[in-house]
Amino acid sequence: MLPDKKGYFDGFGGRFMPETLMPVLYELSDEYKKAMSDNAFKKEYEYYLKEYAGRQTPLYFAKRLTEMMGGARIYLKREDLLHTGAHKINNTLGQVLLARRMGKKRVIAETGAGQHGVSTATIAALFGLECEIFMGEEDIRRQSVNVFKMKLLGAKVTSVSAGSKTLKDAMNETIRDWVANVRDTYYVIGTVAGPHPYPMIVRDFQSIIGKEARRQIIARENKLPDYLVACVGGGSNAMGLFYPFMNDKVKMVGVEAAGLGMNTDKHAATLCKGSVGVLHGSKSYLLQNEDGQIKIAHSISAGLDYPGVGPEHSYLKESGRAEYVAVTDKQALEGFRMLTEIEGIIPALESSHALYYATRLAKKLSKKKIIIVCLSGRGDKDIDIVRGAL
Amino acid sequence: MNRVDKKFKKLKKEGKKAFIAYITAGDPALAMTERAVLALEGAGVDIIELGIPFSDPVADGPTIQAASQRALKKGASLKKIFAMVRALRRKTEMPLVFMTYFNPVFKFGLVKFFKTCREAGVDGVIIPDLSIEEAGETIALGRKNVVATIFLAAPTSPRKRIKEIAAKSRGFIYYVSLTGVTGARTKLPPEVAANVKAIKSITDKPVAVGFGISDAAQARTIAKCADGVIVGSAIVKMMGAGTKGALGKTVKLAESLARAIHGE
Repeated sequence: MLPDKKGYFDGFGGRFMPETLMPVLYELSDEYKKAMSDNAFKKEYEYYLKEYAGRQTPLYFAKRLTEMMGGARIYLKREDLLHTGAHKINNTLGQVLLARRMGKKRVIAETGAGQHGVSTATIAALFGLECEIFMGEEDIRRQSVNVFKMKLLGAKVTSVSAGSKTLKDAMNETIRDWVANVRDTYYVIGTVAGPHPYPMIVRDFQSIIGKEARRQIIARENKLPDYLVACVGGGSNAMGLFYPFMNDKVKMVGVEAAGLGMNTDKHAATLCKGSVGVLHGSKSYLLQNEDGQIKIAHSISAGLDYPGVGPEHSYLKESGRAEYVAVTDKQALEGFRMLTEIEGIIPALESSHALYYATRLAKKLSKKKIIIVCLSGRGDKDIDIVRGAL
Repeated sequence: MNRVDKKFKKLKKEGKKAFIAYITAGDPALAMTERAVLALEGAGVDIIELGIPFSDPVADGPTIQAASQRALKKGASLKKIFAMVRALRRKTEMPLVFMTYFNPVFKFGLVKFFKTCREAGVDGVIIPDLSIEEAGETIALGRKNVVATIFLAAPTSPRKRIKEIAAKSRGFIYYVSLTGVTGARTKLPPEVAANVKAIKSITDKPVAVGFGISDAAQARTIAKCADGVIVGSAIVKMMGAGTKGALGKTVKLAESLARAIHGE
């Protein structure tokens, strides 16, 4: 079972954090272990997932899209139908319940596209906790609707103007706040990154995606899928879909953002083009220069605009268990339009990366094959960006 | 014996505390850093912490973040900073320690990094995002190359961890005065003295206190309980202004801090 006791996925992961935070990481590990063996906690989590967030989500057979491609059958795991519009709530619900168990009165989070921020602010409102969200100045500009939502939900939104003014800098600032307020504050990390135990906790909370999808596809097709396809920024929706299929004969493909192209400097294809390093608490693939300085990532989708990736994905890449590819901004927009026009579903730009790749893949496969794509979020938040780009 | 150990031994004999000054290497330029080290030595600084600029300094407040950005823009890198240290070593024997995040070291290569430290004359390393849990190889290479591995202890560290931190540290133990990032504070937590005392009851190694200390009065208070006082942001702010006379003003500040810390 990975991660090991030290938080490693065969060489990736670990706990690279300032000393001030180390004791709370142990506290979190202990509390999480207790919570997971506490039926009351699990029941409460399941209750809110069902009654509040709207689980289970459908596994929808995209009939017209499948016919258009003329190959493998394409199923969509509809995380976009969840409350707040993305898979993020699976994790924020779980973590905020943990924060309450630990007696923390305040939650903080970083956000890129604003989905994780909105989701955290939502659950904080639900439980009456103080909430502060850190967001890059550039992301605040391109995701103004989500910023307004977070404020309506009672969260304080703090603009981060350092560095690239995007997700990685928001994460730096959230860690700084955490160091200063660790005694009463819980950090709700939004993806399968960060120091141990976060990559494990976030994966576990997100693995409801794969658990349901596995059950649903067997009920529907009486067999397992051939491929799982999901977008990868930090990698939480992909880990959530992949994890319950880990021991099955199912191929897994993570789709990164190739931005303006893999041969340019403007992409976020960490696993495809990066190298191993240490950022935000764990050892994993990174976009960095030869001096170990972190590069600025680029993607049309703010949620994929991150120069790191969860350590378990690095492990899956190295071990060959999963394959990682990249899709450009332009291709993602094509995926976005295709699903909107053919199926009447407006996907998030993040998910559009996975969709585009899945359609190319479907074309090459026989009609007997099955692909499940994680439709991680809906595209309402991206309407302005798409309007500007088309 | 390592230059850091020698310095603490000498100061102890004289009944004095160590003044440890942090500057970001390469801010505003590497040539300036070289001059600043020598000027600070003249002003009474005992040990210099050379900050290796990093793109994502999570343990640093706005002052050092900005200094790191400026240094990176000017092209500072570990390789160039090692070259500067080599040049400095022809002029001074004062203890020099690196304060660096882990990734630049990891990317440089741990083995090569420690070998180069030894050969260039870097006496110790402080890596704020390298927890003792992750430091096995770093400690082994530090010992092999006689480069002190200086670990941080925090107000949140339980006694058991402090014991481990003390056992793994060489040179001195870096006690973080407050829960927070680097940067000047108007007030320090009242429990610093008690916490330092608690650490000193565990170990014979020197304990230096940093984070938040910016003026002579604070430095004087800390010097009463600790073996060393670390001042960073206040000095960086003065230096990084980059204006004419910035170095002169920095020296003045350092002189007043040195007097406070040395009990003069």
